[in-house]
Formats: sequence, structure tokens, C-alpha cells
Amino acid sequence: MAILEVRDLTLRIDSAHILNGLNIEFWEDYVHAVVGPNGAGKSTLANAIMGLPGYRQHGGDIFFEGRSIKHLNVDERARLGITLGWQEPARFEGLKVSDFILASAREKNKDEVDRALELVGLEPVRYRKRAVDKTLSGGERKRIELASILAMKPRLVMLDEPDSGVDIEAIERIFEAISLLKREGTTVLLITHSPRVLERADHAFLMCSGMLLDKGETRKILEYFRGKCLPCPHQNVPDLNSEKKSGGKNA
Amino acid sequence: MLEEPLEEILESINLHKSLMRDGPHVVINANRVLSSKVVDGLEIEPEELPDGVRARLRVRQGVKIKQPVHLCFGMLPERGIQKILLEVEIEDEAEVSFMAHCTFPKAVDIQHLMEAEIRVGRRASYSYIERHWHSDEGMVRVVPVARIKLAEGARFSTEFELLKGRVGLIDIDYHTDCQAGSSAEMKARIFGRQDDRIKIKESASLDGEASRAVLTTHIAVRDEARAEIYNELIASAPHSRGHVDCKEIIQGNGVARAVPVVEVRHPKAHVTHEAAIGSVDSKQLQTLMARGLSEDEAVNLIIEGLLS
Repeated sequence: MAILEVRDLTLRIDSAHILNGLNIEFWEDYVHAVVGPNGAGKSTLANAIMGLPGYRQHGGDIFFEGRSIKHLNVDERARLGITLGWQEPARFEGLKVSDFILASAREKNKDEVDRALELVGLEPVRYRKRAVDKTLSGGERKRIELASILAMKPRLVMLDEPDSGVDIEAIERIFEAISLLKREGTTVLLITHSPRVLERADHAFLMCSGMLLDKGETRKILEYFRGKCLPCPHQNVPDLNSEKKSGGKNA
Repeated sequence: MLEEPLEEILESINLHKSLMRDGPHVVINANRVLSSKVVDGLEIEPEELPDGVRARLRVRQGVKIKQPVHLCFGMLPERGIQKILLEVEIEDEAEVSFMAHCTFPKAVDIQHLMEAEIRVGRRASYSYIERHWHSDEGMVRVVPVARIKLAEGARFSTEFELLKGRVGLIDIDYHTDCQAGSSAEMKARIFGRQDDRIKIKESASLDGEASRAVLTTHIAVRDEARAEIYNELIASAPHSRGHVDCKEIIQGNGVARAVPVVEVRHPKAHVTHEAAIGSVDSKQLQTLMARGLSEDEAVNLIIEGLLS
């Protein structure tokens, strides 16, 4: 059963066509991956699903558990159970790690903060009182953001490039957290162009030039991505007029 | 008979009565002294006035008081004037820290006026943290004026915090004179909402050789609130060092003005300043909203972090 359905999604930013009639269904309780080269429109898709400012004026529609969320704000979508982990998490000067996680947590208690920190491999006693600011490394901020997502217990989480800027130990913790999210009933959508992240998914979608090229079993998509997409010099600038003339995709 | 207001005041600042019972403290409601306790070496002489309280606080030479001394200045009525006249003398080599809680939980029209004369003796240490607890809808006019004199090697730090409830009108005027080897840290953190008005003047004169001062002001204003910050540091002695740090966040129609003034009168003195005024970062806002916080809740949390 689809928890989230994207129907004929089109999005232009300035004059550029970023998403071009995208149709995707994300099944409940799966770990999905949306893979594609830089500029394929993967992050834009996640931002549009989250309803971020600048990504809401799109064509088509987005349904969450059968209900259109097109007109909902970011926080309204989050209260339905949708959330997003950023490729580069925000820094919050002066905001304590514990307050940041507690603000996201479904159960507002300190035990939940500690549990979330432990799940991402950070010692609560060392991190609770630190600020979510530049004194933390990129990997630490990524894990703290993931801890806030674990505490939120969302229905659907989109993680944008979860391995970006993190070390080997941190990436293993992040992969463990992804498995835990799945076990706890969260549908996970990994936005990635990294084969090692793609391998963690149960099911994958391949995007290029704002369009869906293929979908299916992760191994099949991974092979195609490694063989065709990674060496491809394609610049991801679609010429929609020529596509219409030729009736094909320019990938 | 005094138990009820005492409990109400302590409850409004989340302090339990038992915490007060054991430690040195003074609790005042309007012009009535509800409770006080001293420890060896600490003298507190409160005197009730028609519209407030005069208090003389003295820490004897060489006495080091480990526990913080709690000062609770409350106004439980909705309207009225509370004038606090403080004379503080920290004698040579003494050490003490005061936690002042100013609470106006039902304020509709309250004036809280404070005048303080503070003298910190040679190599003595004095810390004064003042937290304000205001109602969400009321009008409080807070006008604290303090003149601080630091003797050689004295250490002084003060922090003014008003983050919960409406500011109303606040007009702070603190000045510190620093003798040789002394240090002063003055910090104000205030969050203004609706039509609150904030005016802060903090200044220090670095008169003694190798004296130090840091003036820090972190202010947030939203809705129609306005803030004016005047920080002034004058360094006239060799090897004196000072820094002014003014950070202001604006939201909605809030207006903030920062005027840092630094003046150096000796070639071996050094003073720096930084002032930044900006709005809440959109990525921070979106991150918190993507966790289910409303825009208002997210802005408040970001600002509380910035002001911490």
C-alpha cells in the first residue's frame, strides 16, 4: 500500500524545469531510495514533498495516506508524520542538543532525548548540553539531526544524502538508525547518488532530468546506475521541446 | 499571615520554599520584607519604605560565601510602584554571588525602579544575576540604574535576563568604573514582543592599568517591539582591554538599533566591538517546522537559543 503518492509533479524554479511530470508511489514500511546524478531533481522532490518555501508552487499533486497535502504548510505536513533530514543540517547557535531533540520528540521527556542520542552512538552525558552549532563536526550534526528524527517517530522520513560529510563510524551508525526506523514502522526515503547508500534500500527509483527513468529491485537499479549514470556526461538540462519532438527522454 | 504571598512569589519563579529556608535570602513583596536569612559574614539590612524597600548588603572582608544569596523582588498586585534602593559593599577579598528574581506574575501596570550603588573591594568578587519573570499580557516598567566601583583586582559580573512574558518597557542604565587589574562583565539578554520597548545603556571606564571589561547585549524583538542599545567603553589606562558584543535578532515589524561607542585614550589600551542585527535563519526555521513546530514555536526556540 502506498503511503505517499506523487502524481504528475512538475516544478519550475525561475525558468528551469526541475521536475517534469513525475509519478511515483512510495510503499509503506519500505526503505526506498531515489537515486540519480547531481541535478536529477532528487532533493527538489524531497523539498516539494516536505512543502518547503519555494517548492510549493508545483503542478500535479502529492497524496499522503490518500489525502492531498498540496495546500499544507511544512509544519502541518510534519504533524501528519512527514519529515526531512537535510544533506547539510542547520546550525543553531546557543540551542542545546537536548532542547533541539526534545522539541522534535513525540514523547516530551528527557529519557527520550538520551535514548535517541544513544541510538545514533552519541553519549548523552557528553552531548546533551552542547549547542547544535559550529563546535560540532558535520558528522555529529548529522547524527544529532537523525536523533531528533528518531525521537519524532515519523510515518515517513526523507533523508537527503545521509552519508554526505560523515566518517566511516558515523555512516555505520546512520545505517543502523535507518534499519531501526524501518523496524519501528517508519517508511524511509533515501535521496542519494551513492551506491553504498542505495544498497541499504529495499526498492529504488532512478531519476534523471526531473523524470523517472526506472524503478524496481535495488540491485537492478544499482547496476544500471553504476553502468550508465555514473560515467554519463549528461548535464541534466532537459530540453522539453526536443523531447516532445522525439517522444523520448534525453538520458 | 505572610506565608501565602511568600509561597506565591516563590512559585512564580519555580523556587520551592525549602530551597530558600536553608540558604541566605531576602524575599520582598511590594514594600514588605516577607522573609530573610543571613549567614556568617553577610549582613542584610532591609528597611521598608512607603513605595519600596531600601536594603544595605555587606559582605565582610575575606568572607567567601559559597551558596548563592537569593534576592526575590516581587509585586503580586496588578498595579503599583516598587522602588528598590540597594547599597552593596563587598569588602576586600570577599566573594559572593547574588541571584535576583524579579517577579510580576499578574502585572497590569507595575513600575519596578531600582537604584544601586555597588562597591567591590580589592581582590573581591561579586556576581549579580537578575532574572525577570513577567506576565504575558501586562505592562511592567522596569528602570534599573546601577553605579559600580571596582577597586584594584576586583571581579564583577552581572547578567540581566528577561526571556519569559512581556517586557513592557525596560530602561537599563549600568556604569562600571574599573581600577587597576579589575574586571567587569556585563550581559543583558532580553526578548521583546508586541509593542515592548527596550533601552539599554551599559558603559564601563577602564581607568586602571590592565583593567578589563566585556559588555554583551543579546536582544530579540518581534511584532512591533523596538530596542535601542548603547554600549560604551572608554579605555584610558595602559594595557586595559575591552570588548563590546551586541547581537540583535528582529522578526516581523521589530526594529533594533545598536550604537557601540569605543574610545581609547592610551596608546597601550585596546578595545574592540562587534554588532550584528539580522533575522531568524530560514533553514533553522524550516528544520524545526519539519519536526512539527509551528512557525511561532520555532522562532521562539531559535531566539531562546541565540539569547542563551
